Amino acid sequence: MSFFDDANLTKAREIVARYPRAKSAILPLAHLAQDQNGWLSQEAMEQIAELTATTPADVLGTCSFYTMLKRRPCGKLVVSVCTNVTCLVVGGPEVLDHLEHRYASEPDVTVEEVECLAACGGAPALQVNYEFHERVSPSSAEEIIEAYRSGTLRARTVSGASVA
Amino acid sequence: MPDLTPNGATGGTSGGTGVEETRIVTRRLHDRVDDSWTLDGSLASGGYEVLRAVLAKGDAADVQEQVKLSGLRGRGGAGFPTAQKWSFLPPNSFPRYLVVNADEGEPSTFKDRMLLELDPHQLIEGITIASYAVQCNLAFVYVRGEFALGHERLTRAIDDARGKGFLGKNILGSGFDCEIVVHRGAGAYICGEETALLESLEGERGMPRIRPPFPAIEGLYAKPTVVNNVETLSTVPHIMQMGGEEYAKLGVNRSTGTRIFSVSGHVNKPGNYEVELGMSFRDLLYGLAGGIREDRKIKFFIPGGASSQWLTGSDEHLDAPLDMDFVQQTFGVMLGSGAVMVFDETVDPVLVAWRLAKFFAHESCGKCTPCREGTGWVEKVLYRMSQGLGRPQDLDLLVSVGSNISPGLVNAPFVQTTICPLGPSAVSCVASIDKFFRDEVLTRLSNDAGVHA
Repeated sequence: MSFFDDANLTKAREIVARYPRAKSAILPLAHLAQDQNGWLSQEAMEQIAELTATTPADVLGTCSFYTMLKRRPCGKLVVSVCTNVTCLVVGGPEVLDHLEHRYASEPDVTVEEVECLAACGGAPALQVNYEFHERVSPSSAEEIIEAYRSGTLRARTVSGASVA
Repeated sequence: MPDLTPNGATGGTSGGTGVEETRIVTRRLHDRVDDSWTLDGSLASGGYEVLRAVLAKGDAADVQEQVKLSGLRGRGGAGFPTAQKWSFLPPNSFPRYLVVNADEGEPSTFKDRMLLELDPHQLIEGITIASYAVQCNLAFVYVRGEFALGHERLTRAIDDARGKGFLGKNILGSGFDCEIVVHRGAGAYICGEETALLESLEGERGMPRIRPPFPAIEGLYAKPTVVNNVETLSTVPHIMQMGGEEYAKLGVNRSTGTRIFSVSGHVNKPGNYEVELGMSFRDLLYGLAGGIREDRKIKFFIPGGASSQWLTGSDEHLDAPLDMDFVQQTFGVMLGSGAVMVFDETVDPVLVAWRLAKFFAHESCGKCTPCREGTGWVEKVLYRMSQGLGRPQDLDLLVSVGSNISPGLVNAPFVQTTICPLGPSAVSCVASIDKFFRDEVLTRLSNDAGVHA
C-alpha cells in the first residue's frame, strides 16, 4: 500500500532526484506528506524511508527534530502565534491567550505558541497555516481564523503549500 | 472589521526628517510595489543585466576581485568577509556547492524574508554570479520552513528564470551551467547556523558540526561548500554593477556599503531600512523609524538580534555609528543580523531577558551539555525573577551559570564551551541585565525575598 497518492508519488520521486543524496529529501517529503494527509503518520514515514533509501528510524530521528512536522493528528488550521520579545511587549501573549481559550475544544483549529516569525515590523503577528497576518489583536485574530473556517479566506495546507 | 488580507513583507516608510535611506538592495521593491517579485517587474528594472555583462566578460576571477575590493562582509550575522570565504575553497576540487542561508530565524530579523518575498530574482541573479565566481554548478537555497510565500515566490522565480535562460545549461550562451535547488526547513532556529544547516540539508537533525574541517573544505556531502546569506548574495549584482571600489566608498571603515536594518518594538514606524553603514543609531531609530511611541524614552535596545548584548538609551549609545567593529570594540555588542529591537521605559528588562532565555532553551539542539542544561536553568531562574519570586543571590547565580556556557560573558567574539554560538548567545541577556540593571534588579530581588520569605 502506498501512502502517497499517484500524483504525489511522482512528485516525491522528482524531489528525490534533485539531490545528490536521497536522504536530503526527507524534509521535503515530510512536507509533502503533510500536504496530502494533514499530519506526518507512521505510514508516511515508512514510505519516505523507502523513497530515500533510509530506515523508518532514520526518518523519525530526523523529523522529530523539527517543530513544523506534526507526528500526531492536528487541526486543519494550525495557528502559530508569536510571543517572542517584540510581540511580547506589544500584545502577542494576549492574542495567544485569547485564541487558546477560544479554540480549546475545537479540534479543527490547533493553536500553538511559536518563536519569532520574522514579522516583527508588524508585531504582534501570527500565521494560519504559514500565511502571515500582522498587527493582530485578540478579536481580529479570531475574525481572521473564522474567515478561514468559513472559506472566506482560502487556507494553505498544514505544511504551507498553496491549494489550487 | 479588521483587515483580513494576509500580509506579505513590506519595507519601512521613511522621509520627512532629513535622514534618508540609501536604497541599493531594496530599490526595486520600493520602486515597483506591485510587481517587484515577478520576472516582468525584474526585467523592467534592470534584472539580470549584470549577470549578462558578467558572463559576456567571462572573467570569474574579476568577480572575486570586485567583491574583495568592495569589502563586502556577510550579512547573516558573523560579518565575515565574503571574498575571503570564497577564497578558502581548495582549487581544482569539484563538485563544490554554494548554499544560501535563507533560514532567517534570529528574533526580530525580518530582512531576508522581505528579500525572498519581494525580490527573488535579485537573489537568483546574485546566486548565479557568485556560482560563476566560485565555479560551482549546483546551488541550494535553504529557506526557513515557515516562509510559505517566500518559498513559493522563489520557486516560481527560479522556473521563470530558467525559462529565460538565466539558469540551467549554457546560461545565456556562455557555456556556464548553474542549477538552483530550493530546500525548505521545517522549524528549527539552529539550522541558521551554517554547519547545522548543512546537516539539515543532508536530511539529518540540525545539529552543528565541530570545525575544522570548515565547510569550505568539507561542507555539504563532504564537498567544498560556500554558505552565504540572502542579503549578502542580493548585494553581489550591485557590487558588480558599481565596481568594488565604488561600493567600498559607501559605509565606514571595514563596514562598507549598506545594510538592511530591521527595526522593531516601541518605535513609531517599525520596518526594514536600508542605510549606509556609519549612520548613528539615533538617526536610524528617530530619523527613520519615527522615534519612540508617545515620546517615551528608550530604556534599552538590542542592536543586532537576540544573540547580541544590549545597549541603553544613553547618548553615548544612541550616537554610536552602525559600524560592526566599532560597536564590538567599544561596547562589546554585535550588529549581528541587523535587527534592532527597541524597548521603552515601561518594559521590564527581566521579563525580556526571560523570554529570550526561553527562546534559546527551546532552540538549543541538545548536542553540547553546557548549552542543553544551562539554557534550561537560566530560563527557570529568570522566570521566577520575572514573576517576583526571585532570591537575592539569583543574579549572581545566573552569571555563574552563564559563565559555564560562555566564560567571561563577552560578546563578539564569543568565548564558548560549546560547538556553536547558540550557547553564548543565550546568556547575552544575562550579561546585559547584570551590566545595566544590576542595582535595579538587586533591589527588586531583595524586596521580593522580603515579601516571600
